Amino acid sequence: MARKVSTQTRIGFTIGAWVVALLLFSPILWTALTAFKTEAEAIASPPTFWPQTFTLENFSAVQERSDYVKHAINSIIVALGSTLLGLAIGIPAAWAMAFAPTKRTKDVLMWMLSTKMMPAVGVLIPIYLIFRDLRLLDTVHGLTIIMTLINLPIIIWMLYTYFKEIPVDILEAARMDGAELWNEIVHVLVPMAIPGIASTLLLNVILAWNEAFWSITLTSGRAGTLTAFISSFSSPQGLFLAKLSAASLLAIAPILLMGWFSQKQLVRGLTFGAVK
Amino acid sequence: MATQQTNTLARVMMAPAVIVLLIWMIVPLVMTIWFSFQNYSLINPMMTGFAGWANYIYVIGDPSFTQALVNTLLLVGGVLIITVIGGTFIALLLDQPIWGQGILRILVISPFFVMPPVAALIWKNGFLHPGYGMFGHLFKMLGLQPVDWFAQYPLFSIIVIVAWQWLPFATLILLTALQSLSEEQREAAEMDGANAINRFWYIIMPHMARAITIVILIQTIFLLGIFAEIRVTTGGGPGYASTNIAFLVFRTGILSNDIGAGSAGGVVAVIIANIVAFFLMRAVGKNLDA
Repeated sequence: MARKVSTQTRIGFTIGAWVVALLLFSPILWTALTAFKTEAEAIASPPTFWPQTFTLENFSAVQERSDYVKHAINSIIVALGSTLLGLAIGIPAAWAMAFAPTKRTKDVLMWMLSTKMMPAVGVLIPIYLIFRDLRLLDTVHGLTIIMTLINLPIIIWMLYTYFKEIPVDILEAARMDGAELWNEIVHVLVPMAIPGIASTLLLNVILAWNEAFWSITLTSGRAGTLTAFISSFSSPQGLFLAKLSAASLLAIAPILLMGWFSQKQLVRGLTFGAVK
Repeated sequence: MATQQTNTLARVMMAPAVIVLLIWMIVPLVMTIWFSFQNYSLINPMMTGFAGWANYIYVIGDPSFTQALVNTLLLVGGVLIITVIGGTFIALLLDQPIWGQGILRILVISPFFVMPPVAALIWKNGFLHPGYGMFGHLFKMLGLQPVDWFAQYPLFSIIVIVAWQWLPFATLILLTALQSLSEEQREAAEMDGANAINRFWYIIMPHMARAITIVILIQTIFLLGIFAEIRVTTGGGPGYASTNIAFLVFRTGILSNDIGAGSAGGVVAVIIANIVAFFLMRAVGKNLDA
């Protein structure tokens, strides 16, 4: 990182990197700016960069038209609910595999990962019919169950790679001191496991929040999440670019902020621990 | 070290995860395979009974299937080429001594956190729309006729959107791998008089090869299932011009209510994904002992 280079080279690379980064970020920046413009200004040609008349009208219009708050609440319930449920099932499993491995542990882990490889369309039709028959279509709890299942392999894998890093020596030392199993867990293991669990929670909330396949196919008006909410803007109705931008900004802002804090965990989680 | 007691405890702790994943994996898949051999339409309840290979012949024999298969390959291949080459380039750039590296990382990674329907809609309306999209404005400024991207180049437009979403992923993984390359190794190469190009081919690329393989495999798994971007932009059209296998199954099974044919398409999708998964599992599995 601290390579010695001339200031000139450094300036050159810095400019190049900023140009590339701003180009990649520009769709998000442009959407954020458009959200505060009037509809007329949003489609003006040539376009304005900074909003001439700064307005919050679009946000209230979006709320009135599609009820952002209701969809946001659904998203929060599904994302948090499925992650917590996944952790409740995943923590014991990852724990057992990390601390009491057997000959088959590796096979079990690989098998769990393989369930993640199943394309959603391969099981869409039976799930759709089961949901229809059990009256789970367009319900928040139905979607939460599916979301838990699709993210469970990632949860277990992430937790496993974190738990694996807890030094077993510490456990042995605690055992030598005559600590009870329960004490050992509460005072030694839990404090060391918390960071890994927190990272897993963060990444899975992000993944569940952005999941679009099942939320679009299994929900509509009542239990729709933000991915379903935004999809309702796919057909234009009159002047709508500024409103679409406002709706988009509302849908991505919370998770964008969370994402910025979880870059490192993202790498580990999405590569199933293969790149750290 | 592991006593009988801890072994039993470990099994009990793993049981819930194993059981739910086992059900999740077997039940729907068996149903899909079952349906794929049945005459089953939600519109026509009179159509029942064993269908043999009829659904497969119907789905695979239809020109839409060939087109969807070609589209799937173009979509996956196009996005992979853009993201792997672009990602390597951006990762190398961000790894240089530059000012504001932290902020730059945040800017570059951001598109990955944009949910697919939002990404698709802001590109469709804010950028690719011939009337008021950014590209429309640019073309007009240059005195050119604005292009109606989704009407004329539907699949290409979707490739652009998906590549924008996945470029940050490739960049982030490759940057992480790049930063684990030891400084001594690079300096040693530099001292030995290796120039930048040689350093890239003989030091950096071999080190990155594993990360690139993983990027390709993981992205392929996700890219095979691209759905929302198509759903909210072109709806698979015009005709089948931007329909991939995933969207074809949705179209046949859910929109046209032909459960049998849709399921046959689903089984084909599973087979394709399994071929990719086989290689991914091997790549990840190798790392497990380390």
